[in-house]
Amino acid sequence: MVSLKEVMEDKIACKEHFLPGNSCCAGCGLEIALRWAMKALGPKTALVTPACCLNVVIGLWPRTAPDFPFINMAFAAGAAAGTGFDAAFKAKAARFPNQGWDEMTTLVFAGDGGTSDIGIQGLSGAAERNTNIIYCCYDNEAYMNTGVQRSSSTPHGAKTTTTIYGEKRYKKNVPAILRAHEIPYVATCSISEPLDIYEKFKKAKSIKGCKYIQILAPCPPGWGIQSEDAIEVARLAVKTGVWILYEYEKGILKLSKKSKPLLDPSKRLPLIEYLSMQKRFAHISEKEIIELQERIDFDWKKIDSEVKCIVEQPKII
Amino acid sequence: MADTEKWKAINKSRDKRPKLQEYKNWKELSPIPISLPIDGSIGITGDWRTFRPIINEGCNKCGICWMYCPEAVISKKEDGSFEINYLYCKGCGICAKECPTKNIEMKREDDLKND
Amino acid sequence: MIKSKQKDFIQKKETKIIKGNEAAAFAAKSARVQVISAYPITPQTTVVEKLSEFVDNGLMPGTQYILVESEHSVMACVIGASIAGTRTFTATSGQGIFYMHEMLHWAAGTRLPIVVAIASRGPAPPWNIWADFTDVTSQRDTGWMMSFCSAHQEIFDDILMSYKICEDSDVLLPKFVAYGGFVLSHTSKPVIIEDQDAVDAYLPPLPDEKGWPHIFIDPDRPMMHGNLIMPSGFYAEFRLKIHDAMIKAKSKITSAAREFDRVFGRNYGNGLIQEYKMDDADVGVVIYGDLALQMEEAVNQVREEGYKVGMVKLRYFRPFPTEDIVNASKKVKILGVIDRATAFGSQTGGPISGEVKSALHNIKGAPEILPIIAGLGGREVSLEQQKEQLKILIKINESGELPKDLIHGTLWHGKLEVK
Repeated sequence: MVSLKEVMEDKIACKEHFLPGNSCCAGCGLEIALRWAMKALGPKTALVTPACCLNVVIGLWPRTAPDFPFINMAFAAGAAAGTGFDAAFKAKAARFPNQGWDEMTTLVFAGDGGTSDIGIQGLSGAAERNTNIIYCCYDNEAYMNTGVQRSSSTPHGAKTTTTIYGEKRYKKNVPAILRAHEIPYVATCSISEPLDIYEKFKKAKSIKGCKYIQILAPCPPGWGIQSEDAIEVARLAVKTGVWILYEYEKGILKLSKKSKPLLDPSKRLPLIEYLSMQKRFAHISEKEIIELQERIDFDWKKIDSEVKCIVEQPKII
Repeated sequence: MADTEKWKAINKSRDKRPKLQEYKNWKELSPIPISLPIDGSIGITGDWRTFRPIINEGCNKCGICWMYCPEAVISKKEDGSFEINYLYCKGCGICAKECPTKNIEMKREDDLKND
Repeated sequence: MIKSKQKDFIQKKETKIIKGNEAAAFAAKSARVQVISAYPITPQTTVVEKLSEFVDNGLMPGTQYILVESEHSVMACVIGASIAGTRTFTATSGQGIFYMHEMLHWAAGTRLPIVVAIASRGPAPPWNIWADFTDVTSQRDTGWMMSFCSAHQEIFDDILMSYKICEDSDVLLPKFVAYGGFVLSHTSKPVIIEDQDAVDAYLPPLPDEKGWPHIFIDPDRPMMHGNLIMPSGFYAEFRLKIHDAMIKAKSKITSAAREFDRVFGRNYGNGLIQEYKMDDADVGVVIYGDLALQMEEAVNQVREEGYKVGMVKLRYFRPFPTEDIVNASKKVKILGVIDRATAFGSQTGGPISGEVKSALHNIKGAPEILPIIAGLGGREVSLEQQKEQLKILIKINESGELPKDLIHGTLWHGKLEVK
């Protein structure tokens, strides 16, 4: 695991690619996620982002915040546009060898709505084709850009403008869907562990093929938390077991450092510590908390069995 | 007279192109709106603050505040200590909350006479 | 898999008997397109099948061929590839165009020189896979240029001309090359595939490592496209530029066609329209697509009976060749406009007839117009029916009598009636 000191001394990693003075909210989870993703990937990255907060926080024409090639895209078109970039870089590398076109990284940075709802078709297609892109979903668990409407990534019991008495269904497990596509690398992260994000993106960059990383990125206005609590709430999501940090590489699932000890249920913090910090769970009922806890226990048992299944995947084409 | 070639300056390398494009009318515009990276893309976001983070002398230079700052306004100086760019700091308070030695204080802007 | 016998196979001029779809594929290959995004849909499917064959056999070295999972992704992929600075191509039809409609606006708004072959088919429901241009004409306002092909050779030629026009730095707009589904896509005719060196000399070079002048992916020149512009900002002016570029494209279309004639020896009028025996005509028609080819023969046969008829083959719908239509129309007293497409609720029910009427508004010496709709959903329009259409116009000229079976002012010719 890389140390903070090492990262601060690394010339590329200490550079800031997302310039300050942009229109992200104070304490925005997305901003931390993107900041650390770009530190790992470096300047030879082309980012394409379908409609989400990221399309709007980067300012109004003619000014913008990202100091690297950045393309906005229509809502459902993120993964496919990323595929187009990848194809173009390959075509250019064929015409202009030794110019570094084969070293370009294509990063698709999308919200949970643009990934698990409207963007799922494109993402599934890109994963099935094993397109050489890194698809990163920053998960703030609702359509935050349009004013906190429910998405399929909204957790059970959460209040949104379209589920005013709490979301009835459970969060869609998109990383599991991507694991089923058997792509070379799937990982989950949280903004409370920036160095973990850094390492996972560095690893993703070194792998050829389709990589999927989902980062839990709390949204202070949407989750009903103070801006200063953004990191703490993301940390509690991990510590209570609500959000599991892991890597899935070549068919083998490996829990990350902060999540590994939580295989033991007694080590997980009580769920109420996580829920009570957020206004969106203010009216959650006892029954819903029990349902949520049952679900968390179930997810952990499944993960446990997968972690134990150490069978390496046959070579992916 | 409209300068219809003006927009082609975006083709120049980073250091040679203008930081900000200025067009007078539709004829001068680039074919599509292209934005160039600049600090303060939405303005002086320091104006957003109600509270200002101040790093105290007890700071042990661990760098945790630098790691967590969403806006990347905390930077490391030559001597290893950290300073905050108050032009863009939005006052979110994450640095103060996450500081392990509790050496960052959030002070109300109104109470501070000096900038 | 058939291996290419020659590693460095260079296309020499040859005549092949091929289907319209294959002609489109040969043209994309001759244009050295770099990224192709593909999804099957009848009747375009054999375009992408043929291109797959070319790519797999090593005849298009360096070209990336991607099979995506929907037409929306086809266009998104092609947009991404074009933004990154490559020459792109794809093909689709009917429902596929409708599915990618959102992305069509995006492609035109990003001013990307993408060329798309369309084997036109009728919109569903009910399912219909045969020649009907409503799929293309209904994309009228997206900012895409669009032209119609009447013959197999024209499909090959028009795709080459399209790249020349679209990639011009004053144009930079995407384009449809439309031809009738099954009628042209699946029938075979001799087509001249031109010498690769001659095509390379005619077309502009492929984009270099710097990409297009107005949009590029380059870490040393970072730029961002697509962020918000407030109503008080230049949004309206950027939109004006798209319209302006398309109007200015008319002169580029004309010069591309003239240059094509000079280099390859095939004439397409002035590029925008082709007049046939209009100069001494009393009565004329405006027609487009494969039906225009057959109408030439109808004109010839009706002329043999002593009537002075003529026709204008419309090549381009967008940009609309207003000046050329006006000049040609003033030659006749009665003008029929034959649409193989619908525009529901419009003044005539047909897209081109409505535009011709608008073009001739307030023009001194403008003819009377009879809008005609025929051949929808691939319904056969026989030579006899086309001669009948001309005779109807002649009758209007002689007696002033309009046909009795007009529906809301339009002649829906060849209606089915079960006795």
